[in-house]
Amino acid sequence: MSTTKPAHPPTRTVHRVFYVNGEEHEVAFAPHKTLLEVLREDLGLTGTKHGCELGECGTCTVLVDGEPILSCLMLGLECDGRRIDTIEGMAGESGAHPLQTKFAEFGAAQCGYCTPGFLLTAQAVLEEDPAPSREKLAEELSGNLCRCTGYLKIFEAIEQVAAEKRGEAAGE
Amino acid sequence: MMRLPPFRYLAPKNALEVAGILNGEGPDAMIVAGGTDLYPNMKRRHQMPKTLVSLRHVDDLRGVQMNGGVTIGPNETLRSLERNVDLKTRLPALWTAVQSISTPLLRNMGTIGGNICLDTRCNYYNQNFEWRRAINFCMKCEGDTCWVAPSSSVCWAVNSSDTVPVLIALGATVTLVSVDGARTIPIHELFGTDGIEYLTKRKDEVLTRIDIPDQGEAKSVYRKVRRRGAFDFPVAAVAARLTLQGNTVEDVSLVLNAVGPTPVRCEEAEGVLRGNALTDERIAEAAQAAYRPAKPLDNTDYVSMWRKKMIRVEVKRALEGMRG
Repeated sequence: MSTTKPAHPPTRTVHRVFYVNGEEHEVAFAPHKTLLEVLREDLGLTGTKHGCELGECGTCTVLVDGEPILSCLMLGLECDGRRIDTIEGMAGESGAHPLQTKFAEFGAAQCGYCTPGFLLTAQAVLEEDPAPSREKLAEELSGNLCRCTGYLKIFEAIEQVAAEKRGEAAGE
Repeated sequence: MMRLPPFRYLAPKNALEVAGILNGEGPDAMIVAGGTDLYPNMKRRHQMPKTLVSLRHVDDLRGVQMNGGVTIGPNETLRSLERNVDLKTRLPALWTAVQSISTPLLRNMGTIGGNICLDTRCNYYNQNFEWRRAINFCMKCEGDTCWVAPSSSVCWAVNSSDTVPVLIALGATVTLVSVDGARTIPIHELFGTDGIEYLTKRKDEVLTRIDIPDQGEAKSVYRKVRRRGAFDFPVAAVAARLTLQGNTVEDVSLVLNAVGPTPVRCEEAEGVLRGNALTDERIAEAAQAAYRPAKPLDNTDYVSMWRKKMIRVEVKRALEGMRG
């Protein structure tokens, strides 16, 4: 029976090309690193948060080829040549993304730790369904935990963005 | 941070290459598809494969074919199955099970093959290294004792797959391929008898297809008990398949999961129903007969006796839901 934690021997790095937020990055990293670790530690993109690291909270959500995934459970190695979108790329040249603005307006971000994950999941949801029902929103966002807001403000902010995009007032 | 231990990473292009690598690498190699079960286990040092054989580029294990029955490639993500409208219509119980797994984020990554081969779970096992060291580890990993049943000589970690009970109830078969060739078995034969040897799949075999026969007039349903509507594994699960002729039960299969190390086929309960009218009395009798073989222990969320009682409740609900 072993009583010491298995050691972490130094590992050679691998070189890969990542497409992050529309830019090409050549990055060297240890092959057993997760996408979360590569983003934060090797690309300096610390907007993606690490939470449970076991797929049980959603705060590390990023978009890979447009789909929200858990970056703590994806190998950096498997993102070679794929399109990765993180929170750093969400604001455009004209300023904050409408989701970011509405999150601020509605108080949908309080401590803010879950916010990058929520924003990216919400972006992917609206991309697929411009008029999601509350039920659908709740289901699609069920993998992102928030311990501050009680979710209501988050749902309302996203619904407002969707409504304005469709040219309607919210609640119609 | 909880980091992955180092490993050698191989990315074969097809199932035969996977089998070849598994044969060459021996038991220290493990297959990884979505990684949503294996990577948390590796981070907690439950499983420490020297070599990871990734299915990321193995396209011949993807795809869904519908002829009379349904054939599913195990490398298909749970999300793509959830979005498959034909699957929802043809196999609603399987769709319900798939859609109930964890969260949309996880389903974007996890595969149905991964859910079938899901490692068994236990409150004394699914903990980090330091926690487990503090209790001197457990039988399933590095220790000698089963902490939920200390006098037990076998491991009681729980089969917590959602798709498995449904696939058993639907009469699915699975095909396993190694360098020695392919073998196809009824899916219930894929499962061992204890929480450690929970699969009869050999380490050098790769799951290559899941075949679900034509369901004809049969109805099927899946019911899952858990604390939250997302994230949680089942703590009691019931899959039922029923063919009615008028109100008479022509054929039935009832399968439980998450109440022990292996899925439970309720043959006594099926016997109570088969050939008889689906009356309230028969349903109650069948629910009682299904309740008896469920032997949950206190190694998941909720109290074990309540989980056992919920089997009776959920079998009743499942059968009532398929009446008329």
